[in-house]
Amino acid sequence: MNNFAINIATVNGSGSQTANMVLLKALFRNGAKVGGKNVFPSNISGMPAWFWIRSHEKGFTGACKEADIVLAFNPQTILEDQKCLKPGGFFFFPEGLEQKICLRTDIIPVSIPMPALASQITAPPKIKKLASNMIYVGILAALFQIPQTLVETVIQDQLGKKASAFESNLQAFRAGWNHCLGQMHNLAWPFRLKPNSDNQNKIIMDGNTAGALGLVAGGCQFVSWYPITPSTSLVEAFGRFAEPMRKDEDGLNRFALVQAEDELAAFSMVLGAGWAGTRAMTATSGPGLSLMAEGAGYAYYAEIPSVIWNVQRLGPSTGLPTRTAQGDLLFSASLSHGATQHILLLPGDIQECFEFGQTCFDLAERLQQLVIVLSDLDLGMNPWMSDTLLPLEKSYDRGKIVENLQDHGNFLRYEDRDGDGIPYRTLIGNRETGASYFTRGSGHNFKAQYSENPKEYENNVQRLKRKWETAKKLVPEPEIQNKGSKVGILYYGSTKAVIPEVISELAANIDRCRVRAFPFTESVESFLKDHDCVYVIDQNCDGQMKQLLSATFQQYASRLISVLHPDGTFITAASIVSQIQNSTMPGETT
Amino acid sequence: MSEKINAMGLTARQYEGSPSTLCVGCGHDSISKHIISACFQSDLPPWQVVKTSGIGCSSKLPAYFMSSSFAFNSMHGRMAPVATGAMIAQRNLKYLGVSGDGDTGNIGLGGFLHAIRRNVRMVYLIANNGVFGLTKGQFSASADCGSLSKSGQRAVLPALDFCALAIEAGCGFVARSFSGDGKQLVPLLQAALQHPGTAVIDIISPCITFNNHDGSTKSYSHIKEHDQALQELGFFSPHQEITIDYEEGQSQKIDLPDGSHLVLKKLVSAGHDVKSSEQALKVLHQARNQGEVLTGLYYVDPSRTDLAGSLQLTKTPLNALKEKDLRPSTDQILQAQKSFR
Repeated sequence: MNNFAINIATVNGSGSQTANMVLLKALFRNGAKVGGKNVFPSNISGMPAWFWIRSHEKGFTGACKEADIVLAFNPQTILEDQKCLKPGGFFFFPEGLEQKICLRTDIIPVSIPMPALASQITAPPKIKKLASNMIYVGILAALFQIPQTLVETVIQDQLGKKASAFESNLQAFRAGWNHCLGQMHNLAWPFRLKPNSDNQNKIIMDGNTAGALGLVAGGCQFVSWYPITPSTSLVEAFGRFAEPMRKDEDGLNRFALVQAEDELAAFSMVLGAGWAGTRAMTATSGPGLSLMAEGAGYAYYAEIPSVIWNVQRLGPSTGLPTRTAQGDLLFSASLSHGATQHILLLPGDIQECFEFGQTCFDLAERLQQLVIVLSDLDLGMNPWMSDTLLPLEKSYDRGKIVENLQDHGNFLRYEDRDGDGIPYRTLIGNRETGASYFTRGSGHNFKAQYSENPKEYENNVQRLKRKWETAKKLVPEPEIQNKGSKVGILYYGSTKAVIPEVISELAANIDRCRVRAFPFTESVESFLKDHDCVYVIDQNCDGQMKQLLSATFQQYASRLISVLHPDGTFITAASIVSQIQNSTMPGETT
Repeated sequence: MSEKINAMGLTARQYEGSPSTLCVGCGHDSISKHIISACFQSDLPPWQVVKTSGIGCSSKLPAYFMSSSFAFNSMHGRMAPVATGAMIAQRNLKYLGVSGDGDTGNIGLGGFLHAIRRNVRMVYLIANNGVFGLTKGQFSASADCGSLSKSGQRAVLPALDFCALAIEAGCGFVARSFSGDGKQLVPLLQAALQHPGTAVIDIISPCITFNNHDGSTKSYSHIKEHDQALQELGFFSPHQEITIDYEEGQSQKIDLPDGSHLVLKKLVSAGHDVKSSEQALKVLHQARNQGEVLTGLYYVDPSRTDLAGSLQLTKTPLNALKEKDLRPSTDQILQAQKSFR
């Protein structure tokens, strides 16, 4: 049996994250289809944290609420942690705790003599404490019969750079491994993993890292940011990737990374850099996005290519910084006051974080608009399996930049020469007479002159609407799987991970549409048109995608039924399935 | 008689902008005039100058000078970060930012101080009149405590001193001037344009409509009565002979990186060395305590690394890099994924 979920309960800041990643990667390298979910507090150390690992032969590695194996290593939560264990499941805990709690009778308790095993680690107390987490990795790896050398190589890869840490972690791992081989023969362990090479060309990565690599591949030159969970790791990864890949002959940087004083400044710098003709972006989350609203309106009206990568967390307000959500969809679509609209990209997996990291600039520069990429904490911070990432082969699209005015003729910044609503622009540093223009967020005409004339205002806004129509032809199409059903589900973002499981559970003929961008393309409209009933899945409490679809396609609004996952936990197939099963499906006979 | 032409072959008129829409007699219009003179006299090609501003009467200024330069009239309080982004994208141009006392001291204080901390190579001008003009006369953060508003209210909060703040934040060029004193302001502007970092000039510029009455400490008459110049200033371009007459000990010559010089003939505070931030703060505080408006160059230190330097930016402007300079090889992208196995 290869299908199982492990829940590892520990205290955050105790070194368990290293051990958990080693276990996940060991399973991965051994050929299992796995996913990890890190449930962590908004705190540095001392509070409860959980790490879920799910392995499934069909690749159903999305979150789930029930575990087959629980490692209860946090005395604070041990009572609670019993509850998520399936009947017949394995409950590992540090020896001695069984006297303090009432163990469930329908589970298999396994006590681990932690002090005795930890005594085999020869290291100063602090390192010993951190390394002792590797004991449970040793025990589980032995139970799963993952080759010892494979796991030790993973430990080497994870910790090899720190010699002392590596040595003590290896000791801890072996202590657990040997304990298992010597003392646990009688355990009726049903899970066996046959080593295979299925994952040879795969990676295990989080969406923030994949996005950052995409940004470097896509030519991102300027990143300004203000630290905020859960987007911080994207910017830090960008720095790590850009550092070796973007050096000139003299060792100087062909990129800039600036930590700003706040999100107002972060996005203002992006505006300055985007206006000047670099591929510029910032990364943030809800509260930061709120501060960027004024700048977003400026970007829209003054037509400045720019990118915000929003790794969504649970709002409103400060909310829960370490919980996930898709709660910024509506706010992002029209971020700022007035008749503002923005391009949204909605990555659904690691590949797409990488892809949109590259193509966000093509869209931003082609359309001279702000592009907001809406990732979320689940996609951004959790480790996911993916095929190896290969950069796109197509050239960058730098949009309509006039370099030679003689060929272009009279340059008027906001003139719609091509009828597609997209004007031409020049870049600072252009020495030609007539190249300069005046950029402002106040009223302006097609010559970029200040204007309070209502007709000129309307002409400009109408052109922006034409540009919006052009955008519909350029943004990524949805991913649609039609099998001729009259019932569909429509979803976006990290929900993608649980959909195959949902379909399998429902065992019903149901079509799918994964929306990847806003504005919605014609294919999205067709999907709504062709189905009598469409379940719209949102990870928020107000059905924001349903609202956006309803506002855009009013004629189909009555066909939409909201399926919500609003509580900040990682979305599960079970929560979607139960909501769909408990609703009435128009168009289907019962 | 033919118009005077500078080394760029341009007349002063070619440095002008659109007609001003500010109130007749506004101090800010004098600032535009002095910017035009400074850029003309410094032989700056207009394409080399990038004008940036925030929001307010002050921030309308970029429309009124140098029509042939690029301009970015940004959002309220955001001039500094916008200019920072643009400078990083094109490091070889001259950034001339115009802000106001509200734009800088109220809504944009963070951006002002952090641009200075980063030492963004730019001229940061504050057209300082102590009030929000465009919303009709509310006090700004630079209104002196005790000053009377047009509507009869008295300012009760301490005023922010932009020069003192700039020095504290690490600014390497700090000056105060008066919009009506072109003789002082033009050479200061010329020197500021050559400074290899953030150059701040706080320009007292009376608001003729909302802050020019008795009881105001930013009115024309108050400034004229209390203006005390620190130095007599002369700016000399690289090959120009220094013609100012100065005595040893009473004067200082500041060498600027492009080979030009600023010569200061001390008028007050004989002990004040413009290369000492301690002394600069001392004269600044003394003047404030005495109710004097001390104008001139307070502090200069061109030695700090600017932002382009601390970011170790490539010499080619980032916005001139091509796809081949930016795109990593497939091998590099694959290599980067090695540790994600």
